[in-house]
Amino acid sequence: MSPSSLHLAVALEGTGWHPASWREQVARPRDLFTAGYWADLVAEAERGLLDFVTFEDGLGPQSSHYGELDGRTDQVRGRLDAVLTASRIAPLTRHIGLVPTVIATHTEPFHISKAIATLDYVSAGRAGLRVQISARPHEADHFGRRTFPRLNLEELRTPSGQERLTDLFDEAADYVEVVRRLWDSWEDDAEIRDAATGRFVDRDKLHHIDFESRHFSVRGPSITPRPPQGRPPVTALAHQTVPYRLVARQGDIGYVTPHDADQVRAIVAEIRAEQEAAGRADELLHVFGDLVVLLDDDQAAAEDRRARLDALAGEPYTSDARIFAGTSAQLADLIQEFSEAGLSGFRLRPAVAGHDLLAITRGLVPELQRRGAFRTAYEADTLRGLLGLPRPANRYAAATA
Amino acid sequence: MTSKPLKQIHLAAHFPGVNNTTVWSDPKAGSHIEFSSFVHFAQTAERAKFDFLFLAEGLRLREQGGNIYDLDVVGRPDTFTVLAALAAVTERLGLTGTINSTFNEPYEVARQFAGLDHLSGGRSAWNVVTSWDAFTGENFRRGGFLPQEERYSRAKEFLATANELFDSWHGDEIVADRTTGVFLRDAKAGSFVHTGQHFDIHGQFNVPRSPQGRPVIFQAGDSEDGREFAASSADAVFSQYASLKEGQAFYTDVKNRLARYGRSHRDLLILPAATFVLGDTDAEAEELAREVRRQQVSGATAIKHLEFVWNRDLSAYDPEGPLPGIDPDAGGDHISKGRAQVRMYRDPLATAREWRELAAANNWSIRDLVIHTGNRQTFVGSPETVARTINDFVQADVSDGFILVPHITPGGLDPFADKVVPLLQEQGVFRTEYEGTTLRDHLGLAHPDDVRGERAAS
Ligand SMILES: Cc1cc2nc3c(=O)[nH]c(=O)nc-3n(C[C@H](O)[C@H](O)[C@H](O)COP(=O)(O)O)c2cc1C
Repeated sequence: MSPSSLHLAVALEGTGWHPASWREQVARPRDLFTAGYWADLVAEAERGLLDFVTFEDGLGPQSSHYGELDGRTDQVRGRLDAVLTASRIAPLTRHIGLVPTVIATHTEPFHISKAIATLDYVSAGRAGLRVQISARPHEADHFGRRTFPRLNLEELRTPSGQERLTDLFDEAADYVEVVRRLWDSWEDDAEIRDAATGRFVDRDKLHHIDFESRHFSVRGPSITPRPPQGRPPVTALAHQTVPYRLVARQGDIGYVTPHDADQVRAIVAEIRAEQEAAGRADELLHVFGDLVVLLDDDQAAAEDRRARLDALAGEPYTSDARIFAGTSAQLADLIQEFSEAGLSGFRLRPAVAGHDLLAITRGLVPELQRRGAFRTAYEADTLRGLLGLPRPANRYAAATA
Repeated sequence: MTSKPLKQIHLAAHFPGVNNTTVWSDPKAGSHIEFSSFVHFAQTAERAKFDFLFLAEGLRLREQGGNIYDLDVVGRPDTFTVLAALAAVTERLGLTGTINSTFNEPYEVARQFAGLDHLSGGRSAWNVVTSWDAFTGENFRRGGFLPQEERYSRAKEFLATANELFDSWHGDEIVADRTTGVFLRDAKAGSFVHTGQHFDIHGQFNVPRSPQGRPVIFQAGDSEDGREFAASSADAVFSQYASLKEGQAFYTDVKNRLARYGRSHRDLLILPAATFVLGDTDAEAEELAREVRRQQVSGATAIKHLEFVWNRDLSAYDPEGPLPGIDPDAGGDHISKGRAQVRMYRDPLATAREWRELAAANNWSIRDLVIHTGNRQTFVGSPETVARTINDFVQADVSDGFILVPHITPGGLDPFADKVVPLLQEQGVFRTEYEGTTLRDHLGLAHPDDVRGERAAS
């Protein structure tokens, strides 16, 4: 069977993406720091045959403002490292992809490269990563290696804000380049166990990567052999040209936030142009739409629930992504409309994990299956396999061949 | 001796890896990367009621003479990631990861250990190592930036900072009251300010207090600074002295340092690395151990080991022949990179002289010499002999237990679990069931909040 042409992922974030989600009866706010909580969510996503789940992360407390802490005590605060959480869940699942967030701005690509490679080993080929930058001054203060001026989202749109952003995304692009070169730094058959010569590895199949840039100087090779997928898929959320370029240059999946089909077409066109400029026109690059979802049996119930959550939160919930409140059938319509406009998949953000994740797996998925638009069984064992991405050749092997 | 109650033995399992004790050429040797190997190994350790599983770390592939060292097992998975996954397939086993304090940052490492502690229900431990070299540094953004003499000052401040982060949450902050809408009791939960020589950081830690409060802290250095660091700051030492005399000397030395820091003998466990070879009889085990030594030290390996000391290319020498007559190159850059600098290499001229005399006196070839002077199997014998020796050693204060390093991955621990552990249990010196759920429970270590008097008796 060929991989499903429509791809579905779920973005796991605390008790859900709505800040008041933790107050719902179905929510388990006291379990957020236990493995069991995450295991249950991922098991549900796997029951729904989803391609993968992403795990949000951050190197500081959550905040309702981008640039600074808000001092609020009425929302979920605190989270576990996403790579560790994904890894903790991996042995409990068989098919679903596991895509943790990694912060390129403050971490070392050498550490992350081996961590994601290892996630790929412990999940037998189901690891990916979502690369994210952090421009938050208070997170920089947690590392003390660089200082960022205070900022807010509006400032990021000014020329000087754009310059800062470009800088951070250039760094992230280098970061991903280092990570991927380190994955390739072992050829697949480097371990030879040649008893005759006493050699465990063929050192000609281990490569220094010698990456030098303004931000990094990394020699390699990795300490971890090339992961089962060769290169686990790299994903990134992108809202504008600078991050679109990162996706186009380095990504296997970009998450974008169109609000209507015209925006879908415009964004996809821009990413494809950047992809072509990056010389990757012939490579499969997925563009997924992010949608916040509130799903109920009828639209009024979904809208009521949204109003009730907003009232509990004390303000209407806004998002970078379109917020969809309605039925599974209506969401299936929207998904099909956006697919026709050029998206190959969707990353759904359940407003209330304990409610909307189940609505996705038990309502939306069967609806899409009825329409012949979504898989009825997992057709591959690896994340690349599910996404129709070929296992890449090793760049260093190609150089010596 | 008779009136003293028997010490309980602590046992741990070191997943064998990058060193020539790991025999990869044996038909029973499996993968040291595939997760199934780790599962097998961890589940064996847990079946045997071991205290914990131990992972070493190396952040650069070793090189010799400018080439990647290719005779031993090469490659290892990421420590945190594999330990988190192992938490899913075990229930009680402690999970100890070696993490360097030089090539990491406290906020990130504290998050990872606190996270591992949450995700494992209180089973995480951190072996703080301080390798500093520029060679390893070439894999990191800032390169090899730390002078050797500053490594322990950074390690100490790193650990102190991590402890400030662990302690920045008390454990009662999350209220999550649906009715009142209060999630957090205190908006400032996790607040910290640290200003020091190596770190100047402030803000809010975003992981709530974990089951153990803080991970268990191990130290594995041997220098004067290392021993002081252990005495002041660690819960356990992973040492290299598993023989009777050396072990006792190390044990006494480190335990005697504790009083200086207001700590008692029980606050720090000494756990040397130990290997073992079992046979049905002592004679059979001795024979097997000889075979294992020859597997561990091939001719090529013997030459390479001599090169560590001679610091010259010795590839022209016959491993089955006599030792080189020439002296080591004591001046130049070391041809062996990425190995912890062991004392024997610090005075190569003396070592070479000593080895030449030893080889001449015993009529040893290069390979014989390396086999005889290298790390020997610590415990060799029938299960009865090994169980008795281990117990004797622990009762004689060679250590508080051992971290066993089998020479076969991943099945090498199985015979020990099946044959030696039951004997130790019969003698009443090793647990038959886990009594607690956390690694602190297994090791008999106090919870940090009890030490601080902050935990109400329940
Ligand atoms: C038994 C033992 C095991 C060690 N394991 C590691 C290890 O896995 N990774 C590492 O980077 N250093 C390791 N080391 C090195 C030490 O932890 C330490 O960083 C280094 O020896 C320098 O400290 P020292 O001068 O106090 O010995 C080990 C040392 C000993 C004695």
